[in-house]
Amino acid sequence: MKKFTTAITFFLAVIAPLIIVTVALRQPKEDQRMLDNLREKYLVEHQSGVDHSKMEILQQDFKNPHEITAACLSCHTERGHELLQSAHFKWEREEYIPGRGITYIGKKNLLNNFCTGVQSNEGSCMKCHAGFGWDDKDFDFENPYNIDCIVCHDNTGTYLKASGGAGYPVMGETGPDFKAILGSMGLPKSENCGSCHFSGGGGNNVKHGDLEIALLTAGRDVDVHMGVDGMNMSCVNCHTAENHKMKGRYYGISSTDKDRMSCEECHTAFPHQKSILNEHSIKVACQTCHIPVYAKVNATKMYWDWSTATRKKDGKGYEELDEDGNQLYTSIKGDFVWEKNVVPEYTWFNGTADHHLMTDKVDTTQAFLKINTLFGKYSDPKSKIIPMKVHRGRQPYDTENLTVIQTKLWDKETGKGALWLDLEWERAIEEGMAYVGMPYSGKHDFIDTEMYLPVNHMVSPKSEVVSCKECHTRENGRLAALTDFYMPGRDRNELLDFAGQMLLILSFIGVMVHSFIRILAARKRRKSIQTL
Amino acid sequence: MKNPKKAYVYKGFERFWHWNQSLLIFLLALTGFEIHSSYTFFGFETAVDIHNKAAWGFIILIVFAIFWHFTTGEWRQYIPTTKNLQAQVEFYLFGIFRKAPHPTKKTLISKLNPLQRIVYLGLKILIIPVMVVSGLIYMFYRYPQGDEIAITNIESLEIIAVIHTFGAFVVLAFVIVHLYLITTGHTITSNLKAMITGWEDLEEEDEVDEKKDDVESTNQKS
Repeated sequence: MKKFTTAITFFLAVIAPLIIVTVALRQPKEDQRMLDNLREKYLVEHQSGVDHSKMEILQQDFKNPHEITAACLSCHTERGHELLQSAHFKWEREEYIPGRGITYIGKKNLLNNFCTGVQSNEGSCMKCHAGFGWDDKDFDFENPYNIDCIVCHDNTGTYLKASGGAGYPVMGETGPDFKAILGSMGLPKSENCGSCHFSGGGGNNVKHGDLEIALLTAGRDVDVHMGVDGMNMSCVNCHTAENHKMKGRYYGISSTDKDRMSCEECHTAFPHQKSILNEHSIKVACQTCHIPVYAKVNATKMYWDWSTATRKKDGKGYEELDEDGNQLYTSIKGDFVWEKNVVPEYTWFNGTADHHLMTDKVDTTQAFLKINTLFGKYSDPKSKIIPMKVHRGRQPYDTENLTVIQTKLWDKETGKGALWLDLEWERAIEEGMAYVGMPYSGKHDFIDTEMYLPVNHMVSPKSEVVSCKECHTRENGRLAALTDFYMPGRDRNELLDFAGQMLLILSFIGVMVHSFIRILAARKRRKSIQTL
Repeated sequence: MKNPKKAYVYKGFERFWHWNQSLLIFLLALTGFEIHSSYTFFGFETAVDIHNKAAWGFIILIVFAIFWHFTTGEWRQYIPTTKNLQAQVEFYLFGIFRKAPHPTKKTLISKLNPLQRIVYLGLKILIIPVMVVSGLIYMFYRYPQGDEIAITNIESLEIIAVIHTFGAFVVLAFVIVHLYLITTGHTITSNLKAMITGWEDLEEEDEVDEKKDDVESTNQKS
């Protein structure tokens, strides 16, 4: 009986707690089925139903690109209308912005924190317009033959728009083989999208930091989706289109929560095995943990100071490069700061944004001017924490009229006031402001600016994901700047912590003092017994 | 002690409950304060895992303990009494140093002295419920999301977290004092041995009157 009791006691006191600890430390096995299904789906390569090289109408010697578009539209009869409505062609959308109402804004008329804006510079900027001939305000947005089909659908990778050609390609003797190009027409490849989207801001990876030419050749470590050693996905695998309306928004120019791309569309809102991670998705965007750094291969521009532009050496413009060949200074653009492997900054974002319009007044009492504003806050159920690139700069503004200045940067020839050719501010500002129809007082200065670019690409492999502790930490966590909510591990009630620690210390001291007196008293008793 | 007699004071389940509870509280405190960023030991993610699982273990254990307390009538042990309360306080403050006898006699139907009764009852009906409820809310709260109906929506975690942290400090302070008071039995180790084996030397209940008193006071309170 005694043995039995001992055995039970042993089990209860020793074995049972061990079982509890073992169960507590057990890790769930990862469920790979969902990812496997996705892999299967995206491994199937798109098979075109049409071989364009067999199309007779494409065999001609085209004299100009408008004729090519006409040939395309002779079969694809309705696509022209779709394109005329698309943001890729219009560079403008109808958007509702709280406080402004319905606005018509886009790359066409907005300011940005890089080359400041396209207006008066169309001849150069429109190299990236899906159209031909937009070189001034008179461009015909209703003419379907002004659409450029090839820039997106060429599958040879040889099509090239001319620099300073207002969107026209290089044709004739020096141009590529258009028969081969037209014969290859198909779904856009990443190269097609990248020919513009990788070089926004005037060079590779200048603008976005997470979109650059290295994505075409890099491995999974740079981008799990596009990695050539992995799924090797293309842009349009995710950025699908219905009637040429692409999914995915860039909030440097967009304003509404419409046609946004989201990871959840493929991965669902609850992709993790651990429910505690899934619960994060209510307030934290996938990108926040899964894009620990951006600009992983080539550096991206983090700072652009226009105020130092137009300096000359020996009467000429000049440039200074860093060891990687990035411009640190150029007379036509000013000073730059580049960074690689950048840790994003974070903000609440609900899918709506505002923009500093050209007609908006500059508030000089603020530390800096927000070129765009991403809306969102903790208490807004639609908001999530997203990673973003914050591009900081210094831009010219009219100190009397308090408006940001649209500068004329480019022209075909010198002497027309273009800053990049003449290296002279006053004339460039006058020409630019005159072009957009805004008054200029004749006095300008430079103002600090910030622009917020959500980071969505360069998703890292699981092993590189942001760890819990990088946010749930007292000091200098990734989310240290977002102070409108309580986060375990970061926040605490300092008074409670102090009181709690005091309670523990006093309990401990009390116990020590008590036991000390007990020991002394016992010793004294023993002594008195001995002396008796 | 006059007429010591071996008695089976702590039943099998009681000891199982006690030691598992002590282990779980140890785990919960160790991981809980790591989640609070007081130190790094397991790593944040593991700490959260262990904390949540230990919490479930604790809740299950509590359900069994409640059942046990009511079916065995052992809950009566925790009915607070003022009888001997002052004497008990004076014992810990003075008598213990003179090796004075314990003012409250430990018997099978009254295992706890008046101070223990008050403190353990406070733990059972105040601190532990507060920890369990705030802990469950901590686990199951949802931030308001769009149009979804969720009764567990809370605007801010802060109040929950502060209450939970407060409780944790109180429990830890209890543990410190409790661990020390183990040594204040008839001998340094007699309390510990009793909680491990269940057996303890109790004073022979020869004074019938006193025994009757104890029973009566217990019955009155119930």
